[in-house]
Amino acid sequence: MFDTALTAADLVFLAKGAGMTLLVTAIAVVLGTILGILFGVFRYQVGPWWTAPLTFVLDVFRSIPLLIQLVLANAFMGMVLRWQLSGFTVACGVLTMYTAAYCAEIVRGGIEAVPMTTRRAARSLGLSWGQDMVNIVMPLATRVALPSWIGLALGVMKDSALVYVVQVTELLKSTQILITRLQEPLFLLLICGAFYFLISFPLARLGGYLERRWSHD
Amino acid sequence: MIEIQDVRKSFGALEVLKGIDLTVAKGEVLTVIGGSGSGKSTLLTCINGLEPIDSGRILVDGTEVHAKSTDLNKLRRKIGIVFQQFNAFPHLTVLENVTLAPRKVLGMSRADAEAVAVRQLQHVGLSDKLGVYPGRMSGGQQQRMAIARALAMQPGYMLFDEVTSALDPMLVGEVLDTLRMLASEGMTMICVTHEMKFAREVSDRVAFFHQGVMAEIAPPAQLFDAPQTPELQRFLAATA
Repeated sequence: MFDTALTAADLVFLAKGAGMTLLVTAIAVVLGTILGILFGVFRYQVGPWWTAPLTFVLDVFRSIPLLIQLVLANAFMGMVLRWQLSGFTVACGVLTMYTAAYCAEIVRGGIEAVPMTTRRAARSLGLSWGQDMVNIVMPLATRVALPSWIGLALGVMKDSALVYVVQVTELLKSTQILITRLQEPLFLLLICGAFYFLISFPLARLGGYLERRWSHD
Repeated sequence: MIEIQDVRKSFGALEVLKGIDLTVAKGEVLTVIGGSGSGKSTLLTCINGLEPIDSGRILVDGTEVHAKSTDLNKLRRKIGIVFQQFNAFPHLTVLENVTLAPRKVLGMSRADAEAVAVRQLQHVGLSDKLGVYPGRMSGGQQQRMAIARALAMQPGYMLFDEVTSALDPMLVGEVLDTLRMLASEGMTMICVTHEMKFAREVSDRVAFFHQGVMAEIAPPAQLFDAPQTPELQRFLAATA
Protein backbone atom coordinates (compact mmCIF):
# COMPACT_ATOMS: atom_id res chain seq x y z
CA MET A 1 0.00 0.00 0.00
CA PHE A 2 2.77 2.41 0.95
CA ASP A 3 5.29 3.08 -1.72
CA THR A 4 7.68 5.09 0.37
CA ALA A 5 11.26 6.27 0.21
CA LEU A 6 11.49 6.13 4.01
CA THR A 7 14.52 4.16 5.13
CA ALA A 8 15.45 2.49 8.39
CA ALA A 9 17.95 5.30 8.95
CA ASP A 10 15.11 7.82 8.66
CA LEU A 11 13.14 5.93 11.29
CA VAL A 12 16.15 6.04 13.60
CA PHE A 13 16.31 9.79 12.91
CA LEU A 14 12.65 10.10 13.96
CA ALA A 15 13.25 7.97 17.03
CA LYS A 16 16.06 10.32 18.04
CA GLY A 17 13.64 13.22 17.65
CA ALA A 18 11.17 11.36 19.83
CA GLY A 19 13.96 10.83 22.36
CA MET A 20 14.58 14.58 22.40
CA THR A 21 10.88 15.28 22.90
CA LEU A 22 10.86 12.81 25.76
CA LEU A 23 14.00 14.30 27.34
CA VAL A 24 12.82 17.92 27.17
CA THR A 25 9.40 16.90 28.50
CA ALA A 26 10.85 14.80 31.32
CA ILE A 27 13.15 17.60 32.48
CA ALA A 28 10.42 20.23 32.27
CA VAL A 29 7.80 18.08 34.01
CA VAL A 30 10.09 16.91 36.83
CA LEU A 31 11.63 20.34 37.57
CA GLY A 32 8.36 22.17 36.84
CA THR A 33 6.45 19.90 39.21
CA ILE A 34 8.98 20.39 42.00
CA LEU A 35 8.84 24.18 41.52
CA GLY A 36 5.06 24.04 41.13
CA ILE A 37 4.70 22.24 44.47
CA LEU A 38 6.90 24.85 46.17
CA PHE A 39 5.00 27.73 44.56
CA GLY A 40 1.61 26.13 45.21
CA VAL A 41 2.31 25.46 48.90
CA PHE A 42 3.78 28.95 49.27
CA ARG A 43 0.73 30.56 47.68
CA TYR A 44 -1.66 28.52 49.80
CA GLN A 45 0.22 29.11 53.01
CA VAL A 46 1.21 32.76 52.71
CA GLY A 47 -2.00 34.10 51.21
CA PRO A 48 -2.73 36.28 48.20
CA TRP A 49 -1.20 39.57 49.37
CA TRP A 50 2.43 38.54 49.89
CA THR A 51 2.43 36.18 46.96
CA ALA A 52 1.09 38.75 44.49
CA PRO A 53 4.47 39.22 42.72
CA LEU A 54 4.87 35.45 42.32
CA THR A 55 1.28 35.12 41.15
CA PHE A 56 1.91 37.81 38.56
CA VAL A 57 5.00 36.06 37.19
CA LEU A 58 3.15 32.75 37.03
CA ASP A 59 0.23 34.43 35.27
CA VAL A 60 2.65 35.79 32.67
CA PHE A 61 3.97 32.29 32.00
CA ARG A 62 0.42 30.95 31.77
CA SER A 63 -1.00 33.58 29.48
CA ILE A 64 1.68 34.29 26.86
CA PRO A 65 1.88 31.72 24.05
CA LEU A 66 4.77 29.35 24.57
CA LEU A 67 6.17 30.10 21.12
CA ILE A 68 6.59 33.77 22.02
CA GLN A 69 8.09 32.90 25.41
CA LEU A 70 10.70 30.69 23.75
CA VAL A 71 11.71 33.28 21.16
CA LEU A 72 11.84 36.13 23.68
CA ALA A 73 13.69 34.11 26.33
CA ASN A 74 16.22 32.99 23.78
CA ALA A 75 16.77 36.55 22.55
CA PHE A 76 16.94 37.90 26.10
CA MET A 77 19.53 35.35 27.23
CA GLY A 78 21.71 35.85 24.19
CA MET A 79 21.42 39.54 23.38
CA VAL A 80 20.74 41.18 26.73
CA LEU A 81 22.45 38.93 29.27
CA ARG A 82 25.00 37.69 26.70
CA TRP A 83 24.83 34.19 28.16
CA GLN A 84 25.96 31.48 25.80
CA LEU A 85 23.13 29.06 26.49
CA SER A 86 22.28 26.20 24.18
CA GLY A 87 18.80 26.11 22.66
CA PHE A 88 18.24 22.95 24.67
CA THR A 89 18.89 24.79 27.96
CA VAL A 90 16.60 27.66 27.02
CA ALA A 91 13.91 25.21 25.94
CA CYS A 92 14.10 23.28 29.20
CA GLY A 93 14.11 26.50 31.24
CA VAL A 94 11.06 28.01 29.56
CA LEU A 95 9.10 24.75 29.56
CA THR A 96 9.95 24.23 33.23
CA MET A 97 8.53 27.64 34.20
CA TYR A 98 5.52 27.05 31.97
CA THR A 99 4.89 23.71 33.72
CA ALA A 100 5.52 25.21 37.16
CA ALA A 101 3.01 28.01 36.51
CA TYR A 102 0.21 25.54 35.78
CA CYS A 103 1.34 23.04 38.39
CA ALA A 104 1.26 25.67 41.16
CA GLU A 105 -2.47 26.17 40.57
CA ILE A 106 -3.11 22.41 40.47
CA VAL A 107 -1.22 22.00 43.75
CA ARG A 108 -3.05 24.88 45.41
CA GLY A 109 -6.40 23.43 44.31
CA GLY A 110 -5.39 20.00 45.62
CA ILE A 111 -4.42 21.38 49.03
CA GLU A 112 -7.64 23.37 49.25
CA ALA A 113 -9.61 20.20 48.58
CA VAL A 114 -8.32 18.59 51.80
CA PRO A 115 -11.00 19.30 54.41
CA MET A 116 -9.89 21.70 57.13
CA THR A 117 -11.53 19.39 59.68
CA THR A 118 -9.26 16.51 58.66
CA ARG A 119 -6.21 18.72 59.07
CA ARG A 120 -7.45 19.91 62.44
CA ALA A 121 -7.80 16.31 63.55
CA ALA A 122 -4.20 15.68 62.50
CA ARG A 123 -2.93 18.73 64.35
CA SER A 124 -4.99 17.85 67.42
CA LEU A 125 -3.07 14.55 67.62
CA GLY A 126 0.12 16.57 68.00
CA LEU A 127 1.33 16.38 64.40
CA SER A 128 3.34 19.44 63.40
CA TRP A 129 2.54 21.51 60.32
CA GLY A 130 5.20 19.63 58.35
CA GLN A 131 4.01 16.21 59.50
CA ASP A 132 0.43 17.13 58.61
CA MET A 133 1.62 18.33 55.19
CA VAL A 134 3.62 15.17 54.45
CA ASN A 135 1.35 12.52 55.95
CA ILE A 136 -2.13 13.89 55.39
CA VAL A 137 -2.28 16.82 52.99
CA MET A 138 0.11 15.63 50.29
CA PRO A 139 -1.37 12.13 49.88
CA LEU A 140 -4.94 13.45 49.79
CA ALA A 141 -4.13 16.44 47.58
CA THR A 142 -2.29 14.16 45.16
CA ARG A 143 -5.41 12.07 44.64
CA VAL A 144 -7.39 15.18 43.77
CA ALA A 145 -4.69 16.73 41.61
CA LEU A 146 -3.56 13.65 39.73
CA PRO A 147 -5.93 13.83 36.72
CA SER A 148 -5.10 17.50 36.14
CA TRP A 149 -1.40 16.83 36.56
CA ILE A 150 -1.48 13.97 34.03
CA GLY A 151 -3.26 16.33 31.65
CA LEU A 152 -0.60 18.97 32.24
CA ALA A 153 2.25 16.52 31.62
CA LEU A 154 0.65 15.31 28.38
CA GLY A 155 0.04 18.91 27.33
CA VAL A 156 3.65 19.88 28.00
CA MET A 157 4.78 16.86 25.98
CA LYS A 158 2.80 18.05 22.96
CA ASP A 159 3.68 21.73 23.49
CA SER A 160 7.34 20.76 23.53
CA ALA A 161 6.99 20.56 19.72
CA LEU A 162 7.46 24.33 19.77
CA VAL A 163 11.03 24.21 21.01
CA TYR A 164 12.17 23.87 17.39
CA VAL A 165 12.21 27.72 17.35
CA VAL A 166 15.29 27.61 19.58
CA GLN A 167 17.00 25.07 17.31
CA VAL A 168 16.13 21.93 19.22
CA THR A 169 15.40 19.09 16.85
CA GLU A 170 12.63 17.20 18.56
CA LEU A 171 10.09 14.82 17.09
CA LEU A 172 7.99 17.25 15.03
CA LYS A 173 11.02 19.11 13.69
CA SER A 174 12.61 15.80 12.71
CA THR A 175 9.42 14.92 10.87
CA GLN A 176 9.40 18.23 9.05
CA ILE A 177 13.00 17.72 7.94
CA LEU A 178 12.04 14.36 6.45
CA ILE A 179 8.92 15.84 4.85
CA THR A 180 11.07 18.43 3.12
CA ARG A 181 13.32 15.73 1.75
CA LEU A 182 10.84 12.94 0.98
CA GLN A 183 7.71 14.97 0.14
CA GLU A 184 5.47 12.43 1.86
CA PRO A 185 3.77 14.66 4.46
CA LEU A 186 0.73 12.56 5.31
CA PHE A 187 2.60 9.32 5.76
CA LEU A 188 5.31 10.96 7.81
CA LEU A 189 2.85 12.82 10.03
CA LEU A 190 1.06 9.54 10.60
CA ILE A 191 4.30 8.01 11.84
CA CYS A 192 5.05 11.12 13.88
CA GLY A 193 1.61 10.89 15.49
CA ALA A 194 2.23 7.23 16.28
CA PHE A 195 5.45 8.17 18.04
CA TYR A 196 3.63 10.81 20.12
CA PHE A 197 1.01 8.25 21.02
CA LEU A 198 3.65 5.72 22.08
CA ILE A 199 5.18 8.30 24.39
CA SER A 200 1.88 9.53 25.86
CA PHE A 201 0.06 6.26 26.30
CA PRO A 202 2.05 4.90 29.26
CA LEU A 203 1.61 8.17 31.16
CA ALA A 204 -2.13 8.23 30.52
CA ARG A 205 -2.38 4.58 31.65
CA LEU A 206 -0.30 5.29 34.75
CA GLY A 207 -2.90 7.88 35.73
CA GLY A 208 -5.72 5.37 35.30
CA TYR A 209 -3.80 2.75 37.25
CA LEU A 210 -3.13 5.07 40.21
CA GLU A 211 -6.73 6.25 40.29
CA ARG A 212 -7.94 2.65 40.48
CA ARG A 213 -5.38 1.82 43.14
CA TRP A 214 -6.50 4.74 45.30
CA SER A 215 -10.20 4.18 44.78
CA HIS A 216 -10.69 2.58 48.20
CA ASP A 217 -11.16 5.93 49.83
CA MET B 1 -6.25 19.39 86.05
CA ILE B 2 -7.72 21.77 83.50
CA GLU B 3 -8.16 25.33 84.75
CA ILE B 4 -10.07 27.83 82.67
CA GLN B 5 -9.82 31.38 83.98
CA ASP B 6 -11.94 34.24 82.66
CA VAL B 7 -11.57 33.13 79.03
CA ARG B 8 -12.96 35.43 76.37
CA LYS B 9 -13.06 34.72 72.68
CA SER B 10 -14.63 36.52 69.74
CA PHE B 11 -15.08 35.67 66.09
CA GLY B 12 -15.10 39.13 64.55
CA ALA B 13 -17.83 41.13 66.24
CA LEU B 14 -19.44 38.06 67.78
CA GLU B 15 -18.26 37.28 71.30
CA VAL B 16 -18.70 33.52 71.71
CA LEU B 17 -17.07 33.11 75.12
CA LYS B 18 -17.80 35.87 77.60
CA GLY B 19 -15.51 35.15 80.52
CA ILE B 20 -15.63 31.44 81.32
CA ASP B 21 -14.28 30.15 84.66
CA LEU B 22 -14.15 26.41 85.08
CA THR B 23 -11.93 23.80 86.68
CA VAL B 24 -11.98 20.13 85.75
CA ALA B 25 -10.24 17.83 88.19
CA LYS B 26 -8.34 14.67 87.28
CA GLY B 27 -10.77 11.78 86.85
CA GLU B 28 -13.80 14.02 86.54
CA VAL B 29 -16.40 13.62 83.81
CA LEU B 30 -17.88 16.96 82.86
CA THR B 31 -20.56 17.29 80.24
CA VAL B 32 -21.42 20.58 78.63
CA ILE B 33 -24.90 21.19 77.30
CA GLY B 34 -26.51 24.19 75.67
CA GLY B 35 -28.02 25.46 72.45
CA SER B 36 -26.01 25.83 69.27
CA GLY B 37 -23.92 28.98 69.25
CA SER B 38 -23.60 28.90 73.02
CA GLY B 39 -19.81 28.61 72.78
CA LYS B 40 -19.48 25.10 74.14
CA SER B 41 -17.62 23.63 71.14
CA THR B 42 -15.38 26.68 70.87
CA LEU B 43 -14.29 26.14 74.46
CA LEU B 44 -13.06 22.63 73.62
CA THR B 45 -11.02 23.80 70.63
CA CYS B 46 -9.50 26.52 72.83
CA ILE B 47 -8.50 23.98 75.49
CA ASN B 48 -6.14 22.17 73.13
CA GLY B 49 -4.96 25.34 71.45
CA LEU B 50 -6.63 24.83 68.07
CA GLU B 51 -8.22 28.25 68.57
CA PRO B 52 -6.48 31.26 70.08
CA ILE B 53 -8.24 33.13 72.91
CA ASP B 54 -8.59 36.89 73.33
CA SER B 55 -8.01 37.07 77.07
CA GLY B 56 -7.90 34.93 80.18
CA ARG B 57 -5.88 31.74 80.70
CA ILE B 58 -6.27 28.04 80.19
CA LEU B 59 -3.92 25.81 82.16
CA VAL B 60 -3.51 22.09 81.57
CA ASP B 61 -1.51 20.46 84.37
CA GLY B 62 -0.17 23.90 85.12
CA THR B 63 0.98 24.62 81.54
CA GLU B 64 -0.59 27.68 80.00
CA VAL B 65 -2.01 26.57 76.64
CA HIS B 66 -1.82 29.91 74.87
CA ALA B 67 1.54 31.07 76.24
CA LYS B 68 4.06 31.77 73.50
CA SER B 69 6.62 29.52 75.15
CA THR B 70 4.27 26.51 75.17
CA ASP B 71 5.05 23.75 72.68
CA LEU B 72 1.50 23.07 71.50
CA ASN B 73 2.40 19.91 69.62
CA LYS B 74 3.81 18.51 72.83
CA LEU B 75 0.90 19.70 74.95
CA ARG B 76 -1.63 18.16 72.58
CA ARG B 77 -0.26 14.70 73.31
CA LYS B 78 -1.91 15.05 76.70
CA ILE B 79 -5.27 16.15 75.35
CA GLY B 80 -7.17 13.89 73.00
CA ILE B 81 -10.05 15.44 71.09
CA VAL B 82 -12.76 13.80 68.98
CA PHE B 83 -14.96 15.91 66.74
CA GLN B 84 -18.48 15.78 65.41
CA GLN B 85 -17.21 14.89 61.93
CA PHE B 86 -15.28 11.63 62.10
CA ASN B 87 -12.20 13.05 60.35
CA ALA B 88 -10.77 9.68 59.46
CA PHE B 89 -7.67 9.88 57.31
CA PRO B 90 -9.27 8.27 54.26
CA HIS B 91 -6.04 7.19 52.58
CA LEU B 92 -4.91 5.15 55.58
CA THR B 93 -6.24 1.86 56.93
CA VAL B 94 -7.78 1.76 60.39
CA LEU B 95 -4.52 0.49 61.84
CA GLU B 96 -2.50 3.18 60.03
CA ASN B 97 -4.93 5.87 61.18
CA VAL B 98 -4.30 4.89 64.77
CA THR B 99 -0.52 4.30 64.54
CA LEU B 100 0.31 7.52 62.63
CA ALA B 101 0.54 9.93 65.55
CA PRO B 102 2.26 7.52 68.00
CA ARG B 103 4.92 6.87 65.35
CA LYS B 104 5.40 10.42 64.09
CA VAL B 105 4.80 12.40 67.26
CA LEU B 106 5.93 10.02 70.00
CA GLY B 107 8.61 8.38 67.86
CA MET B 108 7.40 4.84 68.61
CA SER B 109 8.60 1.97 66.44
CA ARG B 110 6.04 0.51 64.05
CA ALA B 111 5.76 -2.66 66.13
CA ASP B 112 5.23 -0.78 69.39
CA ALA B 113 2.73 1.60 67.81
CA GLU B 114 0.81 -1.31 66.31
CA ALA B 115 0.68 -3.05 69.66
CA VAL B 116 -0.80 0.07 71.25
CA ALA B 117 -3.18 0.58 68.33
CA VAL B 118 -4.45 -3.00 68.38
CA ARG B 119 -5.09 -2.70 72.10
CA GLN B 120 -7.05 0.54 71.67
CA LEU B 121 -8.99 -0.80 68.68
CA GLN B 122 -9.94 -3.89 70.69
CA HIS B 123 -11.01 -1.54 73.42
CA VAL B 124 -13.50 0.21 71.13
CA GLY B 125 -14.55 -3.06 69.48
CA LEU B 126 -12.84 -2.68 66.12
CA SER B 127 -10.18 -5.38 66.31
CA ASP B 128 -11.62 -7.06 63.19
CA LYS B 129 -11.19 -3.88 61.08
CA LEU B 130 -7.44 -3.33 61.22
CA GLY B 131 -6.76 -3.49 57.48
CA VAL B 132 -9.99 -1.81 56.39
CA TYR B 133 -10.14 1.69 54.92
CA PRO B 134 -12.42 4.11 56.80
CA GLY B 135 -14.60 4.66 53.72
CA ARG B 136 -15.80 1.08 54.06
CA MET B 137 -17.04 1.54 57.63
CA SER B 138 -20.19 2.97 59.16
CA GLY B 139 -20.19 6.37 60.84
CA GLY B 140 -20.30 4.78 64.25
CA GLN B 141 -17.31 2.61 63.46
CA GLN B 142 -15.40 5.60 62.07
CA GLN B 143 -16.18 7.58 65.19
CA ARG B 144 -15.01 4.75 67.43
CA MET B 145 -11.84 4.58 65.35
CA ALA B 146 -11.35 8.32 65.95
CA ILE B 147 -11.67 7.67 69.68
CA ALA B 148 -9.11 4.85 69.51
CA ARG B 149 -6.82 7.13 67.50
CA ALA B 150 -6.94 9.78 70.20
CA LEU B 151 -6.52 7.19 72.98
CA ALA B 152 -3.44 5.71 71.30
CA MET B 153 -1.58 8.89 72.26
CA GLN B 154 -2.28 7.93 75.89
CA PRO B 155 -3.70 11.34 76.72
CA GLY B 156 -4.49 12.44 80.24
CA TYR B 157 -7.66 14.20 79.07
CA MET B 158 -10.25 13.49 76.44
CA LEU B 159 -12.46 16.14 74.87
CA PHE B 160 -15.54 15.05 72.95
CA ASP B 161 -17.22 17.59 70.73
CA GLU B 162 -20.76 16.42 69.90
CA VAL B 163 -19.34 13.10 68.79
CA THR B 164 -22.77 11.56 68.13
CA SER B 165 -24.41 14.51 66.39
CA ALA B 166 -23.49 13.43 62.85
CA LEU B 167 -24.51 9.81 63.38
CA ASP B 168 -27.62 7.91 62.36
CA PRO B 169 -29.78 7.38 65.44
CA MET B 170 -29.12 3.64 65.13
CA LEU B 171 -25.37 4.20 65.57
CA VAL B 172 -25.43 6.64 68.48
CA GLY B 173 -25.63 3.88 71.08
CA GLU B 174 -22.38 2.15 70.19
CA VAL B 175 -20.41 5.40 70.45
CA LEU B 176 -22.06 6.40 73.73
CA ASP B 177 -21.26 2.94 75.09
CA THR B 178 -17.61 3.58 74.28
CA LEU B 179 -17.75 6.91 76.15
CA ARG B 180 -19.45 5.25 79.12
CA MET B 181 -16.70 2.67 79.21
CA LEU B 182 -14.01 5.37 79.25
CA ALA B 183 -15.81 7.25 81.99
CA SER B 184 -16.06 4.12 84.12
CA GLU B 185 -12.32 3.58 83.65
CA GLY B 186 -11.62 6.93 85.26
CA MET B 187 -10.65 8.95 82.15
CA THR B 188 -10.87 12.71 82.67
CA MET B 189 -13.39 13.84 80.08
CA ILE B 190 -15.18 16.92 78.88
CA CYS B 191 -18.10 15.96 76.65
CA VAL B 192 -20.07 18.52 74.71
CA THR B 193 -23.30 16.72 73.94
CA HIS B 194 -26.98 16.93 73.14
CA GLU B 195 -27.64 13.51 74.67
CA MET B 196 -29.33 14.50 77.93
CA LYS B 197 -29.85 10.96 79.16
CA PHE B 198 -26.18 10.21 78.63
CA ALA B 199 -25.16 13.44 80.39
CA ARG B 200 -27.29 12.59 83.40
CA GLU B 201 -25.88 9.08 83.56
CA VAL B 202 -22.12 9.54 83.24
CA SER B 203 -21.37 13.04 84.47
CA ASP B 204 -19.89 14.11 87.75
CA ARG B 205 -20.99 17.63 86.87
CA VAL B 206 -22.99 19.15 84.03
CA ALA B 207 -22.40 22.68 82.77
CA PHE B 208 -25.07 24.62 80.90
CA PHE B 209 -23.81 27.21 78.41
CA HIS B 210 -26.01 29.99 77.16
CA GLN B 211 -24.86 32.72 74.75
CA GLY B 212 -21.21 32.51 75.69
CA VAL B 213 -21.80 32.34 79.44
CA MET B 214 -21.69 29.33 81.73
CA ALA B 215 -25.12 29.88 83.18
CA GLU B 216 -25.17 26.90 85.53
CA ILE B 217 -22.95 24.09 86.70
CA ALA B 218 -23.99 21.37 89.10
CA PRO B 219 -24.10 17.58 89.60
CA PRO B 220 -26.56 16.10 87.09
CA ALA B 221 -29.35 15.31 89.55
CA GLN B 222 -29.40 18.88 90.76
CA LEU B 223 -28.99 20.50 87.36
CA PHE B 224 -31.63 18.45 85.58
CA ASP B 225 -34.15 18.18 88.41
CA ALA B 226 -33.83 21.64 89.88
CA PRO B 227 -32.69 24.05 87.19
CA GLN B 228 -32.14 27.51 88.64
CA THR B 229 -32.09 29.84 85.66
CA PRO B 230 -35.05 30.44 83.33
CA GLU B 231 -32.72 29.79 80.33
CA LEU B 232 -31.92 26.28 81.52
CA GLN B 233 -35.56 25.63 82.42
CA ARG B 234 -36.55 26.62 78.88
CA PHE B 235 -33.70 24.59 77.37
CA LEU B 236 -34.64 21.47 79.30
CA ALA B 237 -38.31 21.88 78.48
CA ALA B 238 -37.45 22.16 74.79
CA THR B 239 -35.18 19.09 74.74
CA ALA B 240 -37.32 16.84 76.94
